[in-house]
Amino acid sequence: MTMELVCPAGGMPALRAALENGADAVYLGLRDETNARSFPGLNFAPRQLGDAVALARRHGARVLLALNTYAQHDRYALWTDAVDIAADAGVDAVIAADPGVMAYAAANHPRLRLHLSVQASATTPEALAFYRERFGISRAVLPRVLSLAQVEQVAADSPVELEVFAFGSLCVMVEGRCLLSSYVTGQSPNTHGVCSPAAFVRWEEGPETLDARLGGVLIDRFSPDENAGYPTLCKGRFQVAGQTYHALEEPTSLNTLELLPRLRGMGITAVKIEGRQRSPAYVAAVTRVWRAALDQLERGDAGDEADWRKTLARLSEGSQTTLGAYHRSWQ
Amino acid sequence: MKIALGPLLYFWPRQEILAFYERIAAAPPDVVYLGEVVCSKRRELTLADWLSLAEGFRAQGVEPVLSALTLLESAAERQQLKRLCEAGDYLVEANDYSAVGLLQGLGRPFVGGTTLNVYNHATLQTLREAGMVRWVPPLELSGEALSGILSACASTAPETEVFAHGRMPLAHAARCYTARAYDLPKDNCGFRCIEHPEGMPLYSQDGRHFLTINGIQTQSAEPVNLLGELPALARSGADIVRISPGPNGTEARLRDLRRALAGDADAAVALTREGGHRGYWDGGPGMNGPAAPGQ
Repeated sequence: MTMELVCPAGGMPALRAALENGADAVYLGLRDETNARSFPGLNFAPRQLGDAVALARRHGARVLLALNTYAQHDRYALWTDAVDIAADAGVDAVIAADPGVMAYAAANHPRLRLHLSVQASATTPEALAFYRERFGISRAVLPRVLSLAQVEQVAADSPVELEVFAFGSLCVMVEGRCLLSSYVTGQSPNTHGVCSPAAFVRWEEGPETLDARLGGVLIDRFSPDENAGYPTLCKGRFQVAGQTYHALEEPTSLNTLELLPRLRGMGITAVKIEGRQRSPAYVAAVTRVWRAALDQLERGDAGDEADWRKTLARLSEGSQTTLGAYHRSWQ
Repeated sequence: MKIALGPLLYFWPRQEILAFYERIAAAPPDVVYLGEVVCSKRRELTLADWLSLAEGFRAQGVEPVLSALTLLESAAERQQLKRLCEAGDYLVEANDYSAVGLLQGLGRPFVGGTTLNVYNHATLQTLREAGMVRWVPPLELSGEALSGILSACASTAPETEVFAHGRMPLAHAARCYTARAYDLPKDNCGFRCIEHPEGMPLYSQDGRHFLTINGIQTQSAEPVNLLGELPALARSGADIVRISPGPNGTEARLRDLRRALAGDADAAVALTREGGHRGYWDGGPGMNGPAAPGQ
């Protein structure tokens, strides 16, 4: 079976870009804290959701709604309302992480398909079985912490379809279990759907350096000849044992193009492109490459791999790509 | 309120671990969490060793709980988890939904650790139905959110244990940052974390002690200290206060806490004097909470 290509849509233009370039499914979020890319200017108002579904249908594609943050007690209705909105709009599935949210969906919208979000960080068949039995999930997105051999082991015993990350920014931490952002800013992916939010970033230009601060903490210091990247907390340079380096992670992108045949061999159902925060042009370019790669894999003939690689490298964070944890030595 | 000693988060030599728990037995908490939760490669103690410690504590009247790994990646780790869940008639602390699934399948009650991400009453209720008899709220949860969740659950709420002292585990990763600091691959790490009984400090480039590296775990730089807030903890619904083990002063802290809970004012003051911050307890960033009273 052909693996499904799941592409990001941060807004209507990116949605069109994904659909026109061959996405089998698009995932998107509502304009609030119920999804893990709750960024200003991004996402969809409830009334736009129906339009998004209609547009996707015309392209023969599915719509998945990311509802993948953890429902906070004081704003709980925001999440349950979002489940209702998703069901009313006729989305093909909701991507969720919070057991409370899934319990609500299963009880109130039993026909609404549930995908377990990467934010739930389910890394074993035992964990997947729990979510399957409790909430009837149909699919799970595997965390980016597993090596390829480990993905294969999970796939062999998985009670549900599996989707894996194929390309885009890389979380080095276990998704859904990283509090670094809230430690500094009070807002994290779990609680607010954000990581290292822009409102807390301050740039300070010195005579020799450019400092990037998050919530007052110096995350990185750039010399004039360096490209100053966004100060995502885990991608800064810090001092450990007298050395200054990317103590947690370098700015780099995940790229699994070369693993596609093996992922298909394991029975992986879908590959996911990260980047709802990215531009429509980015979504178009990346979707085009991955569509071509998946089609070529099906045909079994030689593709334009060198060209694809070049395109993806150009679009990558720090212009570097990695196999991430899929390559065991990276772990 | 009861006193718990959380699982040991650092990697110490075998003799030091055994000596530590001997000292703990002389200043006994009500509950003691035993086992490796950070890295499956840390094997100074075997499961049999942990079970033997558990037996000793139980004989002494201390409730032992076996703590399970937080991040499971390999088939070997899944096997290890299964053995732990089936090991005896001890309560298990599930720090991942793999353990929840296994324990539910075995029909065994469990403790839900901070990484189960219980942020609302519906999740708490779901886990209660799966067999959770006690939970440790996520570190990000404020006291206000905690009491809100508990009041929404009313009489069905499980026992609540609050992480009240120690460096906060903030993140877990696929990669080992201690190995990275030594420029070693994780598969051939040389167990260098054993040289850092309290982890490795990580500083910002302007010299601020920001985080602590502990293998695949990243912790806060400073310990959280809510031990000066015992009445507030109780009001928010805490039944148990957790102290996280450190190489120095843990036994004294357990003794002071026991005395403070019995009404000894001097002991209560001693608990606040050692500093620490309030973490996420008041809401807002976990790092910048005001200093504990007495500083």
